[in-house]
Amino acid sequence: MTEPLARPKRKNPLQRTRRPLSPQAVRSRTAHGLTAAAAEGRFALQVCESCQTVIYPPRDCCPSCLSLRLPFRDVPRGGVLIAETTVQTSTDPYFRERTPWRVGTVKLDAGPVIVAHLHGDAREGHRVRLDFKLDKSGSAVAIALPERDTPNMADDPHLREMTCDPKFRRVLVTDWRSPVGQAMAKAFAEAGASIVFVGIADAWKPFPGLEALRKIAPVEIVPLDVTDTESVAEQAEQNGARIDIVVNTAEHVRSGGIVDRHGLTVVREQIDIRYLGLVRLAQAFGPVLRARGADGVNSAAAFVNLLSVHALMNWPEFGSYAAAEAACLSAAQCMRAELRPGGVKVMNVFFGPLETEWFQTVPPPKVAPAALARAVVQGLQRGLEDVFIGDVAEDVRARLAVNPKALEREMAS
Amino acid sequence: MTVDVLSFAHAVATGQIRVIDLTQTLTQEFPTIVLAPELGQCAPFRIEEISRYDERGPAWYWNNISLGEHTGTHFDAPIHWISGKDLPNNAVDTIDVAKFFAPAVVIDCSKECAADPDFALTIPFVEAWEARHGKIEPDHWVLLRTDWSKQSFTDYANLRDDGAHTPGPEPAVVKWFVEQRDVHGFGTETIGTDFGQGHHFNPPFPAHFYMHGKGRFGLQCLTNLDLLPPKGAVIVAAPLKIKQGSGSPLRVLALLS
Repeated sequence: MTEPLARPKRKNPLQRTRRPLSPQAVRSRTAHGLTAAAAEGRFALQVCESCQTVIYPPRDCCPSCLSLRLPFRDVPRGGVLIAETTVQTSTDPYFRERTPWRVGTVKLDAGPVIVAHLHGDAREGHRVRLDFKLDKSGSAVAIALPERDTPNMADDPHLREMTCDPKFRRVLVTDWRSPVGQAMAKAFAEAGASIVFVGIADAWKPFPGLEALRKIAPVEIVPLDVTDTESVAEQAEQNGARIDIVVNTAEHVRSGGIVDRHGLTVVREQIDIRYLGLVRLAQAFGPVLRARGADGVNSAAAFVNLLSVHALMNWPEFGSYAAAEAACLSAAQCMRAELRPGGVKVMNVFFGPLETEWFQTVPPPKVAPAALARAVVQGLQRGLEDVFIGDVAEDVRARLAVNPKALEREMAS
Repeated sequence: MTVDVLSFAHAVATGQIRVIDLTQTLTQEFPTIVLAPELGQCAPFRIEEISRYDERGPAWYWNNISLGEHTGTHFDAPIHWISGKDLPNNAVDTIDVAKFFAPAVVIDCSKECAADPDFALTIPFVEAWEARHGKIEPDHWVLLRTDWSKQSFTDYANLRDDGAHTPGPEPAVVKWFVEQRDVHGFGTETIGTDFGQGHHFNPPFPAHFYMHGKGRFGLQCLTNLDLLPPKGAVIVAAPLKIKQGSGSPLRVLALLS
């Protein structure tokens, strides 16, 4: 049974903040098939198209029939932990400061034998579930979890090192005015965040529901306007060093395309609120997040982008909105590279139309803000990098994978 | 009469003529007018540092700014409103520059506004003011002192479920200012020249409709009106020369002898 995580004590201000280190990150191009699966929380291995052999480690040629057609497929994750050992010391700086570290050999029901990190509740000779997680370097690693959930299992130090669990972490929800922001504040409070900083822009504008917000125990309301560089910088100066997860909930959903739109005002607002807002947050909060990637159990963990799935393929009915979302997606890819040295994940959560006012005319299925907030919390708990929530997001992604050009035409009709 | 501008400059320099700043500082936080969200919106003031004695410019500090024509303390030109759209010289770049200097009367309704944010200025109220201070002469700014500039931003905008609740003029008095008093323009401390609920008047937004319809000007987001006498101040209000600009943020100064 996992020892439940104790609420971290206040940091000793005289102690040096340890610099984040990364485990070895080099992977072959083929092996990034595992990275792709881990990023989405899938368990996928190469399965030979010719002889159906399940293959690990990733290879470019089937070891049993020499076929070159080895696509990654979701496979059953069950197996037996046939042997374990504990590494007492290491020459690798990352593991050196984390030993003792248990590793073991798992014989998968699907065939291969895989060397994996071990959850504390995974026992030699017992059945386990194998999972791929992104480690601090952003690369997929295998970890064996107990077959069934055990109490406090998310608090296991090995597992927590690979996830961004909000429990006892301090979260910034950048914009509370959107229904998504409000749902997010609630969801993080319920997930055990120790502080939920909630940004409110233009405090002189009324905000109904403020009293309800104040009643959520860990909520601290802070002035923050993502369109104002100075406001973002000031918030980072004040609270940046005690924010572990940033969730950007600023949005500007407006219908209308590119050609069929009168003037640039709305387009500029969309770019300012979404893309430039993201850049402002990244510049203000990114460096300190990256520096605090190994700052104890409540180390800096993640930057969450909420993205329309139409960042991946434009939806002309909401064309300029989708274009701004695409800019944010591109920025998020850059941020991933820049924040990875700190072990800080950039999690992109994709969704279709939301059950909110600006999608009033759009028929269901739509994603409720509370469902989106739950998906964000679960994604962080699982240590994911890419999350698709709702039927529309899943559908767009599936159609994009099959035939992008067809999808482009279909979105226009 | 010969007027000596150098004597004027000397009087300003020596303090014989006092200069009072009626301008709010341009800050990101200062409220900007809010319209229904599906309509086009005026941009708030924003500032981005270009360099500050750093690698982006080692010996100099400067900023890029962005804002709307109607952000902060600003001037409204007749072209701003549909009623003034066809008048000659109706934009900030074509208005006769001599019109940027004009005397002002200051009507104090601060007590009434403190008691009632929906205070509406009426003809009888102004007639009572004239009974005390004399008739409003032609070509004067009429400045409405409400002390609204002293409010917190929340009370300043005073947005409720049914919109803004801030003081302003009734339609009849604006028409009367233009037709019976031939005023130069109308200036307020509030976010606009009109009553907060002015969209329910007939015509809606009468200060805009009547003033601009007759080629008169507007000033809003003024401050320090409590430092001005009822009569005797001269206002210097020269907007930026924006091509076909409907208005402009500006520095508004009052001269007092």
